[in-house]
Amino acid sequence: MMYQIRDLHLSLPDMTRKPILGHAPQMNILKGLSFDIPKGAVLGIVGGSGSGKSTLGRAMVRLLEPTAGQIMFDGKDISHASEDELRPLRKRFQMIFQDPMSSLNPRRRVGGIIAGPLRLHGVDVSGKVDEALEMVGLPRHFATRYPHELSGGQRQRVGIARAIALRPDFILADEIVSGLDVSSQAQVLNLLEELVRDLGLTLAFISHDLSVIRRLCSRVIVLRNGEIVEATETVKLFDTPQADYTKELLQAIPLPDPGQTWT
Amino acid sequence: MRDARADVRRPVGLRLWLSGGWLSLLTLAAIFAPLIAPQDPLAQDLFLGRLPPFWESGTEPGFYLGTDSLGRDVLSRILYGARLALIVALVAGTLTCLIGATLGLIAGYYRGWPDRIISRFVDIWMAFPPVLFSILLIAVLGPGLVSIIIAIVIIDWTRFARVIRAEAISQGAMDYVASAQVAGRTKFGTMLAEILPNVLPTIVALLTLEMGIAVIIEAILSFVNLSISTDSPTWGGMISEGRISVHQAWWVLVFPLITLFLTVLSFSQLGEGLKDRFDPVLR
Ligand SMILES: Nc1ncnc2c1ncn2[C@@H]1O[C@H](COP(=O)(O)OP(=O)(O)OP(=O)(O)O)[C@@H](O)[C@H]1O
Ligand SMILES: [Mg+2]
Repeated sequence: MMYQIRDLHLSLPDMTRKPILGHAPQMNILKGLSFDIPKGAVLGIVGGSGSGKSTLGRAMVRLLEPTAGQIMFDGKDISHASEDELRPLRKRFQMIFQDPMSSLNPRRRVGGIIAGPLRLHGVDVSGKVDEALEMVGLPRHFATRYPHELSGGQRQRVGIARAIALRPDFILADEIVSGLDVSSQAQVLNLLEELVRDLGLTLAFISHDLSVIRRLCSRVIVLRNGEIVEATETVKLFDTPQADYTKELLQAIPLPDPGQTWT
Repeated sequence: MRDARADVRRPVGLRLWLSGGWLSLLTLAAIFAPLIAPQDPLAQDLFLGRLPPFWESGTEPGFYLGTDSLGRDVLSRILYGARLALIVALVAGTLTCLIGATLGLIAGYYRGWPDRIISRFVDIWMAFPPVLFSILLIAVLGPGLVSIIIAIVIIDWTRFARVIRAEAISQGAMDYVASAQVAGRTKFGTMLAEILPNVLPTIVALLTLEMGIAVIIEAILSFVNLSISTDSPTWGGMISEGRISVHQAWWVLVFPLITLFLTVLSFSQLGEGLKDRFDPVLR
């Protein structure tokens, strides 16, 4: 198993309700999630806005520390590991962010952005940047560009290149196509599909868009208000949705023909 | 795949050329003042008092911008005064920037208790009226170059701290910081390698502005006779002396004033010019 997540709870201080003196009340965002991600699987995580998808993702790559419960990565409990303990593991799980305008340092060149994680882990950089650019379908000379000199789709490819350059075992992709137009969306998804196949990646793909999940993922968990309302295979989810919330989400997908249904 | 965005070449700004040119000229003049100054800036000669600048009648050769009431050469005094002005600008500006920017960066990036301590400290500091504070300080330390520099640093470091803190907070919320953490960069390493390059343009802009302000503060303190002793020429001191005899000898006041104005203006424009030229992100 790549990930085993057991009864994961996470609360954050709610600053909007903080009294002038004293501590802000805790807001429970994740309320006891349990699921597994087998090696080589592509797991979809769906849910409406504010359902806690990003929070779950950030907890999985330990940008956030869970309040209770367990996160096991490849058999190791990383729920409360310190940053120093995590460092050797960090090169095995990577993240691709939703907004590349924010996740790519605007004052670094693309080459430096991709090489950064490699250098940190003492990997020999030579050739790796070109290789990563090639894998995501960008020409080599893009290495000398700054992020603002790229289009949205190209930027997102740089984010992907940075994540795969280290050859991680696991990648978390948080809404990585929602900022793109339909054709770049399709390109980025194709690319991701290819990479998963070629590199043997395990992938967790966060999205609020079920049609995207349907293409890419073998299993899906549906999140609502920090709880899993349904966890099943993608095919079953589309054929026989169990939870009412899933049915709502399915109905929200625009269909090419108004009379047509998914089943 | 290829588009022209990366090919946009930025013109070398006129702003940068003019301000950089004037400041380079001034720096050279200050360094080589003993070689190029036509007269001894301190030499008094009452027979040569209030000579007008070279284009008017009744001048003496070698006194290009005239003399003051004690017969001291205005041009030579401006050149020597540049030494002091530039030392104050450079040393006080750099120290203010280092102290203020470092504290601001730490407070804004680390937040938590370092932020609480530093921010509280800045608030208390700013409650003192700064000019009064510096006059008091010089009264205690005695006038002199070091006192001026200390006074400027003490007054102005809070400006850096506040601005850089705010900037670091907004940069710290960007995903590239989270991304560096996912990549395994240490918190301190992220501050230096990721945050600092992004607040650097602001730091440079504030620094050059501060250098201009330092020149003004030095001039004001000389003007009220709290600066260096009267035997080293300062622009502020010259302006203060020139004011008295402005109706008989306007040049004693006007030339140092123009020099001061151009210098302060150049410092403030230098920051903008550098940003236009060297910051990869156009805003
Ligand atoms: N730093 C924070 N402090 C307090 N509350 C937060 C914080 N980050 C997120 N939340 C809250 O946690 C809940 C879940 O947020 P999260 O970003 O995980 O949602 P999401 O499912 O990713 O939504 P979206 O699809 O809009 O990205 C929201 O109600 C949000 O307001
Ligand atoms: Mg989100």
